[in-house]
Amino acid sequence: MLGLIGRRLVYLVPVILAVTAFTFLIANLLPGDLAIVMLGDQATPENVAALHQKLGLDLPLWQQYLRWLCGVLHGDFGTSHRTGEAVLHAVASRLPVSLELLVIAELGGVLIGVPLAILCAVRPGSVFDRAVSGIAFASLSVPPFMLAILLIFVFAVQLRWLPATAYVPLSQDVLGNLRSMALPGATLALLEWPTVMRVLRSDMVSTLQEDYIALARAKGLPERRILLVHALKPSSLTLVTVVGLNIGRLIGGAVITESIFALPGIGRLLVESIYLRDFIILEGGVLLVAIGFVLVNFLVDLLYAVLDPRIRHGRA
Amino acid sequence: MAALDTAANLPIELDTPVRRRRGLGIVFWAAVLWIALVVTLAIFADLLPLADPFRQALLARRAPPSLSHFLGTDALGRDILARVIYGARASLEIGVLAPLGATLLGTFLGMLSGYFRGTFETLTIGGTDVLLAFPPLVLALAIVAYLGQSVANVILVLAVLTVPAVTRVARAATLAIREREFVTAARALGAGPARILLREILPNIAPLLGAYFLLLIAIIIVAEGILSFLGLGVPPPTPSWGSMIAEGRDSLDGAPHIAFIPAAAMFLTVLAFNLVGDALRALTDPRRGPS
Repeated sequence: MLGLIGRRLVYLVPVILAVTAFTFLIANLLPGDLAIVMLGDQATPENVAALHQKLGLDLPLWQQYLRWLCGVLHGDFGTSHRTGEAVLHAVASRLPVSLELLVIAELGGVLIGVPLAILCAVRPGSVFDRAVSGIAFASLSVPPFMLAILLIFVFAVQLRWLPATAYVPLSQDVLGNLRSMALPGATLALLEWPTVMRVLRSDMVSTLQEDYIALARAKGLPERRILLVHALKPSSLTLVTVVGLNIGRLIGGAVITESIFALPGIGRLLVESIYLRDFIILEGGVLLVAIGFVLVNFLVDLLYAVLDPRIRHGRA
Repeated sequence: MAALDTAANLPIELDTPVRRRRGLGIVFWAAVLWIALVVTLAIFADLLPLADPFRQALLARRAPPSLSHFLGTDALGRDILARVIYGARASLEIGVLAPLGATLLGTFLGMLSGYFRGTFETLTIGGTDVLLAFPPLVLALAIVAYLGQSVANVILVLAVLTVPAVTRVARAATLAIREREFVTAARALGAGPARILLREILPNIAPLLGAYFLLLIAIIIVAEGILSFLGLGVPPPTPSWGSMIAEGRDSLDGAPHIAFIPAAAMFLTVLAFNLVGDALRALTDPRRGPS
């Protein structure tokens, strides 16, 4: 077990390094000169050259990369050339928004998806099961931006219940914050539940055919206990993986949702840094997001081993 | 044939359990029909009696559906029906070519790494891990911003982002097949790796990859919509469903049809590809056993 963890962790290092090198390459291939962006169109060639030297932009690409990597290993992710804001600070100030969105999305998805999955799995093939499964399948074909627009149309334009694009920080006004997060959160939750429901339903249907469930029924245990205690845990392995993968994906921010609802999250930070050629922010942001993604996947693998004794003992 | 007829009349037939035929169902064929319709309209758009999708009519802006404009006009007075049909062109072109490129390259990499294993497999899987750890939309935005905004570059970006998934599917399928008896038999008969990969393994994983290809079309149509929605997909004024929805966003109050008509077209098309792909995947699913 420990060997497995160790090998996985060692494997993650080159993956992360490759991601950073790749980001660096892309960032430097982007057209547009940072010095000209900073100094404006009127800058003299001497001023541009001086700024290049100051920022280290005159060095070969691999030296720039090593310099940056050295800084990262010392805990210095650099500061934005444009705003002077430290990368860690920029990410840390945007992270709560993306994390709140993530929590609402996953919580909503699980709260809708799990009960529906259990109800469907009890009587597979029933009218209820077919209806819910059909809706879930159709929901998987809804593009995220389309759902966002539909929700804005219904709840912000027609009913005028909720704001579409007025983000309120949590520290300022809790209720206002929840109101501003309601539509983006609902968008992501409505995209999330079909996956949760389909995965859990299919595993639960096969679990309920196991002999020990028949035994539990024969013992006269109440149906609720059989479903929630005996059947749910062994059926939730794939569910854990799927939710974990989604969390890993959402750590990078939900770019679409954040930009439609004008939320200052990680996704928008990264997209804006591309538009504004703010490479230091892009570099550091992608690195942190990739580390988060890889770590979450790693934790999911571990959790999987904890939940399933066969993996824990089989591969150790 | 006669033997079959008499066999069917034997009373013993009543005792054997009748295997329920799982037909593909009416929904499946409705989806196929819709795809056929969209493809036909997209191909023959130039021959149809459609309004000019680019012609602006500032006096007829945001018109609701009427006899002169069956689906109304957008914020610049352009005919929405014509734009939705020409938009299908962009969506299908990208939605077919990007998965095609990704499937060819991914199948190649996946089969080689699944068959030969070793260092090549480690490098390939490592490469897919790197691409997967990257925030996909950020990668797409950066590459489109670097290469310039064109249909070809959007196809390229979306194909690159799709390769890891195909590679993994192809590798897993190859791993499952390479130990089977017929592969061992071919090897014993002296078949080389190229022959085994092409004649023994590829035909066996092709149905799975084909079904996966249809599901990828659905995913890529959405992805293209996202890029166009963010203004980085198909360059304007060429109509694309994603950019039409984005343009319609500003007219939600008063003229919601501008956003919802292309949205409905996109949803139905994506749903149709998902339905067909899922049905075919279920047919090729090895867990159901040989049919």
